[in-house]
Amino acid sequence: MTITAPAGPIGTEDPVHQPPPVPRPEGITRTRRRRRLGPGRKIRGAGLLGPLILLAAWTIGSATGALDPRVLSAPWTVFTTAGTLWDNGRLQENLLTSTERFAYGLVLGVVAGTVLALIAGLSRWGEALLDGPVQIKRSIPALALLPLLILWLGIDEEMKVITIALGVFVPVYIHLHNGLRGIDSRYAELAETVGLGHAGFVRKVVLPGALPGFLLGLRFAVTAAWLSLVVVEQINATSGIGYMMELARTYGQTDVIIVGLVLYGLLGLLSDGLVRLIQRRALSWRRTLGS
Amino acid sequence: MAPHTGLVNTGLIDTEPAVRVRDLDRRFGERSVLSGLNLTIGRGEFVALLGQSGSGKSTLLRALAGLDHDVTGEGGIEVPGKLSVVFQDARLLPWLRVLDNVVLGLRDARAHGTRALAEVGLAGREKAWPNELSGGEQQRVALARSLVREPELLLADEPFGALDALTRAKMHVLLRNLCEAHHPAVLLVTHDVDEAITLADRILVLHKGHVAVEQTVDADITPARRAEIRARLLTALDGDTA
Repeated sequence: MTITAPAGPIGTEDPVHQPPPVPRPEGITRTRRRRRLGPGRKIRGAGLLGPLILLAAWTIGSATGALDPRVLSAPWTVFTTAGTLWDNGRLQENLLTSTERFAYGLVLGVVAGTVLALIAGLSRWGEALLDGPVQIKRSIPALALLPLLILWLGIDEEMKVITIALGVFVPVYIHLHNGLRGIDSRYAELAETVGLGHAGFVRKVVLPGALPGFLLGLRFAVTAAWLSLVVVEQINATSGIGYMMELARTYGQTDVIIVGLVLYGLLGLLSDGLVRLIQRRALSWRRTLGS
Repeated sequence: MAPHTGLVNTGLIDTEPAVRVRDLDRRFGERSVLSGLNLTIGRGEFVALLGQSGSGKSTLLRALAGLDHDVTGEGGIEVPGKLSVVFQDARLLPWLRVLDNVVLGLRDARAHGTRALAEVGLAGREKAWPNELSGGEQQRVALARSLVREPELLLADEPFGALDALTRAKMHVLLRNLCEAHHPAVLLVTHDVDEAITLADRILVLHKGHVAVEQTVDADITPARRAEIRARLLTALDGDTA
């Protein structure tokens, strides 16, 4: 604050006998830009920059021979392997099987989570009976139940779908239940004064009010479903992307493993994008808040 | 017309009143909020209810609205079946468009709803989301939601408390016009003495759970008379603290 830079070019005036810096120099001092403390302006295409650099490093590493193809296959090898797998039909077949498992598990889990959350969220008795067990289940990772599930259900599709569903229903339950419980009691009062019945209250107030929570739960559920899928497909599976990768491991085919990894990544990205699209459509009333 | 107190028929009250409350008691635990309250509101009469915070204004309004579930107390309440409530917050459901908010709980009322929206000056905004409206506009939608039910009794709990002065003055004019057009009996809870004088036919001051002062307001009030009434009400309100 005590240091003020001279306004004019240095040397034109005797600095000692300079008149006190009245309005103008002061104004200049004040309009001087302050150093920005935030992270600064957005970089265009920022999301792609990191992956592209990684891909470039991978390409250079493979081309110069710095990366042993037995450790990590070259990007072009992965690309051509994917082409070959597609041509002989193995890729589509395994992809279909995996997607089917994912879809069945997701639907089953979402339905179960929704039904349980509705029962627990709409009645005090339901909550008393259901919430405790679900919370206990929540603290046990779905994958820790795998040994038991294999003993009960065998190693067939049933076990795989149920394992996925068990991983899916918890986030759906938690977020939907939270959404249902979080509905403003003032809206209940309003519903009473406009003469809505119980069914009308649930339909017009409770369900739309809990929808944001449900959709958030769905996003977590989709991630959970892919995670469980990866694990169950590596246990005694005879088809699916995970099986394809397991088989490739025994033959040391790094390229096939990477094709599987890329597929899992793409599928996860795609399904999350889909849920986000639904979210944006269904919650358009909330977007007007300025988001 | 000299100011008078007590539960006297003011002449505005019809033989068959819209609201009749007798010896109303309300308690929250040990604390008595309303005790031996009597109140009559005539058909089409506009009554304002003043009182300090904690005097029981809102408790009375909630009792009339049938919203006091967890409250204990006795007393007789007679209210018309067609009553509607305007809250301090507009209380619109953010996930329903404006028109759907107006006709919430009604069947085949969209034409009525559109008309009610036009009446409060919001024609053409039927498809807007509540969040897109200003505070004053939201409160007007809430008024339309009440109007479309053609209430015989309108209960309003500080409906303009959250609005700025200019918007509030506009809302006063709107509410007066709507009441003249539809003639509901109105009970307006407010803490604003001037608002009460501007809007009401009769003003009650609630103190320690019963009506302490009653004041009628002439239709063509002179500034001098207005000042007189204002002073009297303010003294009555101030007496609460003494």
